[in-house]
Amino acid sequence: MSVRKVIGGDAIKRKGWLKANKWLILRRISQFAILGLFLAGPLLGVWIVKGNLTSSLTLDVLPLSDPFVLLQGMFARHWPETTALVGAAIVLAGYLVVGGRAYCAFVCPINLVTDAAALVHRRLNLKKGWQPKRATRFYVLAMVMATALISGTLAYELLNPVTIVHRGLVFGMGWAWGAVVAIFLFDVFVAMHGWCGHLCPMGAFYGLVGEVSLVRARADDRANCNDCLDCFAICPEPQVIAPALRGEKTGHGPVITSGACTNCGRCIDVCSENVFRFGLRFDGTAEPVIKEGATS
Amino acid sequence: MSKDDQAKPATARTDAARTNADRRRFFGDVIRGVSALACIGLPLGLLAKRSAARPAEAIRPPGAGTEDDFLAACVRCGLCVRDCPYDTLRLAGVEEPVATGTPFFIARDVPCEMCEDIPCVAACPTGALDKDLTQIDDARMGTAVIVGHETCLNYQGLRCDVCYRICPLINEAITLDRQANLRTGKHALFIPVVHSDKCTGCGKCEKACVLQEAAIKVLPTKIATGELGAHYRWGWVEKEKAGKSLLNRDILDLPDRRPGGGGS
Repeated sequence: MSVRKVIGGDAIKRKGWLKANKWLILRRISQFAILGLFLAGPLLGVWIVKGNLTSSLTLDVLPLSDPFVLLQGMFARHWPETTALVGAAIVLAGYLVVGGRAYCAFVCPINLVTDAAALVHRRLNLKKGWQPKRATRFYVLAMVMATALISGTLAYELLNPVTIVHRGLVFGMGWAWGAVVAIFLFDVFVAMHGWCGHLCPMGAFYGLVGEVSLVRARADDRANCNDCLDCFAICPEPQVIAPALRGEKTGHGPVITSGACTNCGRCIDVCSENVFRFGLRFDGTAEPVIKEGATS
Repeated sequence: MSKDDQAKPATARTDAARTNADRRRFFGDVIRGVSALACIGLPLGLLAKRSAARPAEAIRPPGAGTEDDFLAACVRCGLCVRDCPYDTLRLAGVEEPVATGTPFFIARDVPCEMCEDIPCVAACPTGALDKDLTQIDDARMGTAVIVGHETCLNYQGLRCDVCYRICPLINEAITLDRQANLRTGKHALFIPVVHSDKCTGCGKCEKACVLQEAAIKVLPTKIATGELGAHYRWGWVEKEKAGKSLLNRDILDLPDRRPGGGGS
């Protein structure tokens, strides 16, 4: 096949295929399990979860609501009922623990599309293409709220591919496939990691949550790094790694602090030297053996 | 610029130049970013405005309020759809003319069965369907109108009566008004009349209409009922309110004209 080395090839040799794909597998299980819970009702008549990702009811007691969509409603000048507020608070609290953009990596159905696009992109050895600034998504987020405020409606929800695709999967796709195709083509041929990495305002919103969330990927054993660059190659947000991995000189701790990190855990998977692990945000708390200089 | 730089103390000048350039670049980026997004945001806003123009046959669930309020409040989760026991409600697909993902029903396909416990309203997490609606008879999803005066069988003197019979508020929301049948000269017409103060807009009449295309249709109330000008008064109502005629006979004395001339 390709003469280029396989990303994570060393990790597979050293740790075995299963360990070198552990978080990827767990992520897929999570994505499909969540989708399965939503689909069990309409397909099998087993109503564990009703609704969709914007708002749902689990086992007739647990309300969950998407804070990003609810916030749009507030900008559109509607104050929601308690049920939705409680649901959004629970969701927000959850992501404050597991990492804001864990939503992107473990829940969002579009991640399956953009991961597939990234795979194709790597295999075809394509150029990066259009790479707007990573901060563009925050401008998009501001635009979403501004359009809600000005139009007095959830304007962005007319186009939001995340909610459209998830709603389509649960309630009937119709032309929602168009969103899947468009995002796939965009990420493969127009902009590498274009949608999730640069534009999606939902990712931007959860990224803000991630700025303060508890569970973070950490490069605790960064001294072992052999500069193979596999983590940078596989990471959908590679700019978040360097400060933690290379931060020993600059006094940056080993924690990947950027909210843009999706906690997908692929850096942990593909590292043959076991540099990365999941831990807590606070330096040292989850780390029994702290290397010299790692805590500065 | 580079010559000036060399003339000044090197570090201070370059630092100042750098901050200046940084600032300029920053504002440049902001302006570019905001402009780019305005190019997307404005069409999106227009799309949002247009999507608020819901087709008349798409009816919102009970308790939905005005379309503007509804589109601000509904998160398009479909919980109302799930709790609708008759599969009346469904969510608009992206390709449909109703705002994407919002719940609606088409009365001619499946009308609202007017459940007493209103499960769709109970299911709504955001209040897009108003929890203050506790009596389904108070729902105002639209108003039925006999649009087909030329096709409605009762208007032709036949006794169809199906809309009248099927109406959950029989003899209140739809009554049959007896009129003379001028075509035959000896029979009666039983004209179905919808009363907008009672009609919930459930659409059972539209569903049940026996014609190829329903002669009775549920329309948005404002379209269905018309609206008086705010200044307009019915003379007889004002008379009843006042307890006497409000006409001043002294002032308003029009000449009487009788056949063959004469008069006062």
